[in-house]
Amino acid sequence: MTKSSMTTREKVEKSMKRRRAAEQRFRMYGVASVLFGLLCLVVLFGDILSKGTSAFSQTVIETSITLDADYLGLDKNADDQQVRLANFEGLIKQHFKDMVQPDGRKERRQLYSLVSAGASWQLQNMVLNDRSLLGQTIEVALIADDDVDQWFKHDRGHAHNAMLNETQIGWLEQWAEQGILKTRFNTLFFVNGDSREPELAGIRGAITGTFLTLLVTFLLSFPIGVAAAIYLEEFAPKNKITEFVEININNLAAVPSITFGLLGLAIFINIFGVARSTPLVGGLVLTLMTLPTIIISGRAAIKAVPPSIREAALGLGASRVQVVFHHVLPLALPGMLTGTIIGMAQALGETAPLLMIGMVAFVVDVPAFISDPSTVLPVQIFLWSDSPERAFTERTSGAIIVLLGFLVIMNTAAVMLRRRLERRW
Amino acid sequence: MSIIENHTTNGQPFCKDPKLTARGVGVFYGEKQAIFDVSLDIGANEVIALIGPSGCGKSTFLRCLNRMNDTIDICRVTGAIELDGEDIYDPKVDVVPLRARVGMVFQKPNPFPKSIYDNIAYGPRIHGLAQSRVELDEIVEKSLQRAGLWNEVKDRLHAPGTGLSGGQQQRLCIARTIAVDPEVILMDEPCSALDPIATAKIEELIDELRENYTIAIVTHSMQQAARVSQRTAYFHLGQLIEVNPTDQVFTTPEHALTEAYITGRFG
Repeated sequence: MTKSSMTTREKVEKSMKRRRAAEQRFRMYGVASVLFGLLCLVVLFGDILSKGTSAFSQTVIETSITLDADYLGLDKNADDQQVRLANFEGLIKQHFKDMVQPDGRKERRQLYSLVSAGASWQLQNMVLNDRSLLGQTIEVALIADDDVDQWFKHDRGHAHNAMLNETQIGWLEQWAEQGILKTRFNTLFFVNGDSREPELAGIRGAITGTFLTLLVTFLLSFPIGVAAAIYLEEFAPKNKITEFVEININNLAAVPSITFGLLGLAIFINIFGVARSTPLVGGLVLTLMTLPTIIISGRAAIKAVPPSIREAALGLGASRVQVVFHHVLPLALPGMLTGTIIGMAQALGETAPLLMIGMVAFVVDVPAFISDPSTVLPVQIFLWSDSPERAFTERTSGAIIVLLGFLVIMNTAAVMLRRRLERRW
Repeated sequence: MSIIENHTTNGQPFCKDPKLTARGVGVFYGEKQAIFDVSLDIGANEVIALIGPSGCGKSTFLRCLNRMNDTIDICRVTGAIELDGEDIYDPKVDVVPLRARVGMVFQKPNPFPKSIYDNIAYGPRIHGLAQSRVELDEIVEKSLQRAGLWNEVKDRLHAPGTGLSGGQQQRLCIARTIAVDPEVILMDEPCSALDPIATAKIEELIDELRENYTIAIVTHSMQQAARVSQRTAYFHLGQLIEVNPTDQVFTTPEHALTEAYITGRFG
């Protein structure tokens, strides 16, 4: 009976110690979880940034080269076709041969491999834009080969480079000391499509493809999703069929995305004959994937509109359609848009279903329309990550940075939209 | 307590000049019956108070009168309710014009998250009551004046209606209801969320509105029922126990249950 002789206050006092400890412990778990999450994020971003930022700079060889009109066989009146056929590659080879004086055929070949295949394109484009350059000596920054790029950016002075031999490194060292070899901002990364040459490969094709694909996805999934959400929430009779539909929409949200890819392949491509590897079919497949997200978030947003607003409008004699479009929809729209943006952000990062419908193809040209063959950013990342060249590794990370940038922008937009449109009632 | 077998309403549930007549009304929520065989007349230009303990079905009955119960899927109404001799539950009747004729004010003030002006103008706009902007302005001003809110808000008609105080919001809702010029106004505990001063203003308003409208008001406050109504109907567990002139109900109730309620023995 010693226990019961304690007063109530003593008992409470005693239990307080245990309760405080439990509270303390729980807080610690919380802080630890948050810290762990943050740590993962920091490691992820740190890794990608450290590998990827160098993709945004490019090594060039600054030199003055004479556009010998006789060698090229061009005069000031040459048409575009003639310029395209002219031997700029030979001109560049000649130029470097004169500059370095290589010894024998083997060394000549080694010398020529230091310059990118894109260098002759550079000269050709300059002449295409301005014929008066013919015969003049011009200052150009010729794109260096990716091996040179990697050596100059990463290995110079402290690491062995397996792709270049002593002679080549000797020339490069000399150029570097003379200040000919430089790095500049890698514009090509943003204006070029994919390429077999890493120094010429860019993400413009993938970004355009992504944009077109998401456009198709948005144009299809937003109206369909919103209409479905409104119908299910406001008009559908509450019966077994509706319940069945609801359950299956929720199931659809959990279906692995690759299944949607197979479905798209079987239905859109094989039955309806939509051209494969186009933003159109990609958008259709991603619509299937995004719809459940939009419908579910849309319904949640509609549910959050207080019933008193509906009653007020109904009590005044508004029809159900008027209640929905004048009152419910304006109030639910911020929530719906947030859900849509999150769904689109998911679609932006989706790879697996697109592999099934042929968007994994090597596409050099930048797509101009939704029926042009194209690829998307995450698939481009997948493709590059598979390439053996070192330069592609850094481009993979570079493309990931761009993709993450888009995701951050979209999610920020979602948050800002919600803040701005949020209204009290 | 359970429902009374073979009950007939005491007092005078019918009147000479009825606006709304309910005959043998029953309401079911799924299997559960909430209202049993209620027959009641609501006379033109009278204020009738519906009182009774919580859950007695007075709000449910009120919501039958403009078919607001239609919005509840499982709700089923039997019996007949007529407005000016027309059955409002006839399958041919469209609820939209019905609700324009029988307006409703709710327990909690529920202005739209729009400006004060747009709150009032919404009803006239959807029903096409105003041909021009000027006409609409007139309706808004008249409605606000009748609701006794004009002087308080005339300088900020385009401020959000949700920014008003609770009492002002409720008067805004009343103004919004009378803007569509209904014949009957149903009020479901309109003052339960308001302080005594705001309540007094609303009661005053109800008294003025009686000239032009028929009003049915559900209230938990017996003083309020005594102050604003001419007749009082007492509901108990879904049955209409007694209907009599208000004075009589509060001084000499006929039924023992009514007496028990008004003397505060339960409620």
